Amino acid sequence: MTVVQFLVEVTGTYVATLAFGILINIPRRALNVGGWIGVLGYLLYRFTVLGGGGYVVGNLLGAVAIGVASLQAAKFKKMPMILFNIPAIVPLVPGGQAYQMVKNFALGQNSTAFSYLLQVVMISGAIAFGFLLSELVNRVQQRVWRRHR
Amino acid sequence: MSSQKKRDQLILHTALTAGRIMIENGSEIERVEDTMTRIAHNAGAQTSQLFVMITGILMAINGEVGAQIEPVKRRTFDLEKIAVVNDLSRQYADHKIDLQQFSNRLDHLDSVSRYFPFWLQLLAAALVSGPLEVVFRHNLPDFWITCVVGMLGWLVYYLLSKFIQIRFLSEFAAAAAIGVLAVLGVHLGLGNSVDDIIIGSVMPLVPGVPITNSVRDILAGNLVSGPARGVEALVSAAAIGFGIAMVLQFM
Repeated sequence: MTVVQFLVEVTGTYVATLAFGILINIPRRALNVGGWIGVLGYLLYRFTVLGGGGYVVGNLLGAVAIGVASLQAAKFKKMPMILFNIPAIVPLVPGGQAYQMVKNFALGQNSTAFSYLLQVVMISGAIAFGFLLSELVNRVQQRVWRRHR
Repeated sequence: MSSQKKRDQLILHTALTAGRIMIENGSEIERVEDTMTRIAHNAGAQTSQLFVMITGILMAINGEVGAQIEPVKRRTFDLEKIAVVNDLSRQYADHKIDLQQFSNRLDHLDSVSRYFPFWLQLLAAALVSGPLEVVFRHNLPDFWITCVVGMLGWLVYYLLSKFIQIRFLSEFAAAAAIGVLAVLGVHLGLGNSVDDIIIGSVMPLVPGVPITNSVRDILAGNLVSGPARGVEALVSAAAIGFGIAMVLQFM
């Protein structure tokens, strides 16, 4: 992956996250932060995949990062957390695999379709589990904060 | 009617309206419960009992009035309203507005929706499609055609949603339109890969709000509302899939 390609990917992720935020009518002052959280999650995913960690672990780490970063942003901006994490997971959605699954089912190639179905399920599960883990981090952090004040 | 009874009525009305607006516009259940409890607590009710589901809210406070029900009939995605309710609730907790003002502003918020201008939404749909196609597939030459197809697909979805109240049908039609346009675009030599164009163009239709909320609701222990949202996301995804599959079968 060249540097130019990398920059194109980061810009694309940022723009797409921001634009998805506009489609679901996120308040203007939350848009920018949401975009950067999307980039953060995607970068973690991308580097894990490049480092040989595999799609599932990459999505898991990306989702954890998004969940933790969203809570920090929510605290900082005093806004609900879902304003930040909903647009941010969009770049992680397994769109390509889901499309290949539908296409192969439609064309009658069931065994290929099933392998893509398995990927979609694994990736969605990884994202959901990532959110669970981030919730764990957030709750622990809240506990520690409360004790130290 | 005694003044205490009036006050209790107003507390219930405010909390229930706030809760309904939040669920209608795509909030997770835990936040709704939290906000409504805070409103009742800040308004001086000693105890409050809540039963919040994705299709209706039931609330009782101690006092002279009984429990009240607020049905939730429609569901859209307008996260700004959730943020506004959140802000109002914070202002009320800080005693910047009183209960009557809070209630009036909620009623006002309920009746107007302040979306981004239409052209900006169209542009946003294009800018979700094109960049994500490049990010997912690294196919730079198809960037422009994906932007156009994604924008048109979202336009179909937007226009149909105005006339048909069933969101899944609009999604199905939009996905079918995207499929046809992608095949047509490649046929006319405007793009190289039907697959890549479709993958990018359906991204604005992805049910991001129900997916996220479903996970968060299930984790928070709302075992009725969480799976219900999951079904919503699944039916949306299936509608998009069928739309695409139908086109691929015939072309």
